[in-house]
Amino acid sequence: MSILEGLRLAVNGLLANRLRSGLTMLGILIGVSAVILLVGVGNGASVAVQQQIQSLGSNLLTVFPSNARGAGGVQQGFGTGSTLTLDDVKAIANRQSSPDVVTAIPSAGGRAQLTFGNQNWNSSLTGTTEDFPSVRNYPLASGQFFTAGDVDASSKVAVIGQTVVTNLFSSEDPIGQVIKINRQSFRVIGVLAQKGSSGGFNNQDDVVVVPITAAWNYLLGGRGRNVQQIYVEATSAEATSAATTEVTEVLLDRHHISDPTQADFQILSQQDVLNSASQTTGVLTLMLGAIAGISLVVGGIGIMNIMLVTVTERTREIGIRKAIGARRRDILMQFLIESMFLAGLGGALGILVGFGLSRILPLAVSSLPTPIISMPSVFMAFGISVGIGLFFGLYPANRAARLRPIEALRYE
Amino acid sequence: MITLEGITKVYRAGEVEVPALKGVSLHIPEGEFVAIMGPSGSGKSTLMNVIGCLDQPTEGRYILDGYDVSALTDDQLAWIRNRKIGFVFQSFNLIPRVSAAHNVEMPLIYAGDSVQRRERAMAALESVGLLDRAGHLPNELSGGQQQRVAVARALVTDPAILLADEPTGNLDTESSLEILKLLRDLNQQGRTIVLITHEADIAAFAQRVVRLRDGVIVSDERQALAAELVR
Repeated sequence: MSILEGLRLAVNGLLANRLRSGLTMLGILIGVSAVILLVGVGNGASVAVQQQIQSLGSNLLTVFPSNARGAGGVQQGFGTGSTLTLDDVKAIANRQSSPDVVTAIPSAGGRAQLTFGNQNWNSSLTGTTEDFPSVRNYPLASGQFFTAGDVDASSKVAVIGQTVVTNLFSSEDPIGQVIKINRQSFRVIGVLAQKGSSGGFNNQDDVVVVPITAAWNYLLGGRGRNVQQIYVEATSAEATSAATTEVTEVLLDRHHISDPTQADFQILSQQDVLNSASQTTGVLTLMLGAIAGISLVVGGIGIMNIMLVTVTERTREIGIRKAIGARRRDILMQFLIESMFLAGLGGALGILVGFGLSRILPLAVSSLPTPIISMPSVFMAFGISVGIGLFFGLYPANRAARLRPIEALRYE
Repeated sequence: MITLEGITKVYRAGEVEVPALKGVSLHIPEGEFVAIMGPSGSGKSTLMNVIGCLDQPTEGRYILDGYDVSALTDDQLAWIRNRKIGFVFQSFNLIPRVSAAHNVEMPLIYAGDSVQRRERAMAALESVGLLDRAGHLPNELSGGQQQRVAVARALVTDPAILLADEPTGNLDTESSLEILKLLRDLNQQGRTIVLITHEADIAAFAQRVVRLRDGVIVSDERQALAAELVR
């Protein structure tokens, strides 16, 4: 018996019970469309997160001091060391020694209590230099940022984020107002544009930025003139790894460390953040796919169930076929092709439905990331559905093939 | 053509052994029209299953058209059934979902014989006078017509013997006569026919009547062409 003949038989058998075949197919259809849709949503979420991270500046490097070692070499918390200085920042920003670096800024800060009139607010304080807006990607909404002169003179000026504005000021223009930061008077000279959440826990709009010298002199008393972080802007996203190498060399040289493993600083690139985020979304995609896969297995069990019923129903037909010369192989093939055809057709329709839903659903649910359907997942879903037809059809088909002709013929 | 030597068949029902055939020896030469008769429980259905290669004897030798069938595998038996035996059953046993022509074609499909399959099926249908019903489904045909389709299906592979098991059991008198005449015509064209029945007037169409009782042959006699009587 040829495959074509088997296919004709299968279609014939399936058409004999249209409703039943249709419902069985629906099980696979739902499973396959769920796999395609959910994997698509997972991929979409992954791309959305990557875009968000890249919007923060994919060319940004962050240099942290290494963990401080307490008495007896006890490791303290991450970034607690105080090994970075303003001179390190200047050395990194030097285009001669690090051509892939645009510029670098220091950062030192902590929590700060802000008051204006009878309002008060606790915010995140950052002391830095004049290149902060370009390096950290913070455009100004109004006013201006402080200058190199302000940094040199440790002027008591501040630039505040939108959250601070709404919490301290009601209707008046914050520019030119004098606010108290930890009881020190600072004049507000600029307001940062709204930035939104970075996807983490910190609100990027709840900040107050002052010259780092002013922060050292008036606000971070007693903690010395250390730099907590250095933000480095590389020339491009592709240049981050070259920039990382250059920054490492500059700092190792300045800190007189010959063994890179003993470095007293750590460099984290936005690329690293991106990688760990893709890892997370990858797990998410996998999980969604697995959940959808379960429905595919359920659909497969449905096929097995219906094939068992079909075999029982057609016991007599099997007997007739065997009496006129069908071998085990012929009967096995007839029912296997039938179940694979059922599953394959369900899978093909499921792909269409999955495509359709991934177009329609984002229109209905706006918070859903736009699903991105990957071709491998489509082929895999189709392959798996045919495989399910094969796997779950094997038992019923084998049962049919092993029927003894005289008993099958006698079956009513 | 058919040689049975000391065929026994014992069925097991749990602990109990039920002997259905207790040593049957029979020779049927080519071109003969034999009726095997017996009341129910005589073992004639078991004998028909053995002759039809649907079941293996417990003991004894069975030679069909030169093949020793007693020791073949399932698939080899399927091949023998396909090439050497044409079955006509009491309940027609046509496949309900496919046309008469496709039913007749089916043994050729399993034979892997794709040469002029449709033409050969049509020729077989023509030989039973049903060419004009080729496209009909079995349930669109009368009982007599269905049985003639079954005969066509039995003939299509040009088998060594035609095995008819109570072929008229589900038919009215007129249709029965039609089928029996068809069988006799086929026999006159040289086809070996084994007819299994419990009715004497059906057996009267055969040249030779073998009577079975309690698993053994009790009589084996030739008869004049009694079929002339019905004419």
